[in-house]
Amino acid sequence: MLRYLLHKIALLIPTLVGITICAFAFVRLLPGDPILAMAGEHGVAPARYEELKQQFGYNLPIWEQYARYVGEVATGDFGVSISSKRPVLEEFKTLFPATLELSFFAMIFAMVLGVPAGIFAAVKRGSWFDQSLMGTALVGYSMPIFWWGLLLIIFFSGYLGWTPVSGRIGLQFFFKQITGFMTIDSLLYGKWDAFRSALSHLVLPAIVLGTIPLAVIARQTRSAMLEVLGEDYVRTARAKGLSSARVVGVHALRNALIPVVTTIGLQVGTLLAGAILTETIFAWPGIGKWMVDSIFKRDYVVVQSGLLLIALIVMAVNLIVDVLYAVINPRIRAA
Amino acid sequence: MSQSTEIAPMAAGSPDRLTGFKTFWHYFSVNRGAVIGLFVFILLVLAALFAPLLAPYAPDVQDKTAFLRPPAWQAGGSTQYLLGTDPVGRDILSRLLYGARFSLLIGAVVVTLALTGGITLGLLAGYFRGWVDVAIMRVMDLILAFPSLLLALVLVTILGPGLFNAMLAISLVLQPHFARLVRAAVMAEKSREYVVAAKVAGAGHVRLMLATILPNCLAPLIVQGTLSFSNAILEAAALGFLGLGAQPPTPEWGTMLASAREFILRAWWVVTFPGLAILITVLAINLVGDGLRDALDPKLRRS
Repeated sequence: MLRYLLHKIALLIPTLVGITICAFAFVRLLPGDPILAMAGEHGVAPARYEELKQQFGYNLPIWEQYARYVGEVATGDFGVSISSKRPVLEEFKTLFPATLELSFFAMIFAMVLGVPAGIFAAVKRGSWFDQSLMGTALVGYSMPIFWWGLLLIIFFSGYLGWTPVSGRIGLQFFFKQITGFMTIDSLLYGKWDAFRSALSHLVLPAIVLGTIPLAVIARQTRSAMLEVLGEDYVRTARAKGLSSARVVGVHALRNALIPVVTTIGLQVGTLLAGAILTETIFAWPGIGKWMVDSIFKRDYVVVQSGLLLIALIVMAVNLIVDVLYAVINPRIRAA
Repeated sequence: MSQSTEIAPMAAGSPDRLTGFKTFWHYFSVNRGAVIGLFVFILLVLAALFAPLLAPYAPDVQDKTAFLRPPAWQAGGSTQYLLGTDPVGRDILSRLLYGARFSLLIGAVVVTLALTGGITLGLLAGYFRGWVDVAIMRVMDLILAFPSLLLALVLVTILGPGLFNAMLAISLVLQPHFARLVRAAVMAEKSREYVVAAKVAGAGHVRLMLATILPNCLAPLIVQGTLSFSNAILEAAALGFLGLGAQPPTPEWGTMLASAREFILRAWWVVTFPGLAILITVLAINLVGDGLRDALDPKLRRS
């Protein structure tokens, strides 16, 4: 197992180097002068320009600049945001829990509905439930989620007035973050009204973000289940006279879930891409909105480091999924 | 003598191709959804082609007497503007019809670019293996390490906002899928007897790659191409929605949504119809994709 883990980590090294090269190259590929680009619309005085050039090391040969950049990143120095003047890593740390909370609940929504629906569709293969579920899943899979979000706002916030239009929690609630999850923090402080506010802000964005994963998970669960239900050991279990529920719930499900776990893991990239749109629509203060805002503010230090940090997260999660996969499926480890 | 050898394969070839198509259509038409999807897609192509004839107005004509007019069936609406008007008095139906041109153009251009790039890189990697393979596939892995929309966003930031740059960025992001597919297929086909035979007969690298191996990898490529077509439309609309794709007043559906956003609570139709157009288009293409997969690739067939 340790060898497998080390092997997987070693495979990531070229990607890791590549990611840093991409982030490094980004600022230098921007049209025009990188310092002027970073300074934004106001520009800089010539003396300050030279100073900045020294400071950022743009007078050095390109490979030395890269080595310097890697050195900075490795020590946790991701630069300072041009617009807020705060260290990028600090901003990231305050915003990331919001994205994490949103993604977490989106994934819960997708799994809680997707896995049982997929199982049921597989068991009742060809029934009207199966057909309409697969039809719905295809619609979900084809959904432009930014539009879906707007529709939900029109209906639930505008027409019914049930949920707030944007934000993460009512403005009247303010407390120090413990976990960074508003829903959990408000409970830890025992503030029920704050919890309700946080939850009502969370529902629509989580549904929007969870829609595509839900469709993918339902489809994947169904086909994994169908495959397993055709296996010999399932037939044996049935032949032994076990109840249908036991055969499906115990014998088949355990094996069907293996590919489903991988699918769930692979949705992380989709989730983060979806978070960019979802957070923009609902003004959710997470890293997706942060990236889009920074692009428009021409805060390229944030864009550069955000790109790097997000890619690192995706990479780390993929590694965890790989390892989890090996834990539940010993056959993989040998390979 | 030479004449008969020229003619023989031709004569044998054409009915063969016809039965090939018949088998394909047989499997494709079993899938009712795929046929519906194809029908909708054809309608969309027609709408795009004949937009100037079908649309009651030009896409950028503003009627200063009719801002945010609701659709015909709602109180306050009239048959003058069937789907209502937008905040500056443009006919939504006309803009949607013209918008079909952009979405189909985006899909076609992106798939062409991504296919060309992906096939070239995949062929080179799978055929030559060794360091060529390692170098190409590492770069593909790298592209896939970023969430696609984020990478497209960043690329558009570098290239500058606009429809063409958005298409370039999306092609680059979608291209690794093709490269991986082609590489895997080439590796599987490379040691087959017919390839070895062609090699022994003296075929060069380029001929082996393009004429001998590539045609046998087409089925999965067509399926992936269809799915990328719909993906491209979605991503381009997302970029347009974020303000980094097609720029207003282009009647691109995502861009239309972006400019309608502030009116969502006042005028539902400004937001609803462009998104519905995106959904229907993407859904139709995905349905066709499912059908193509069933018909072309028995291994991938939906259970």
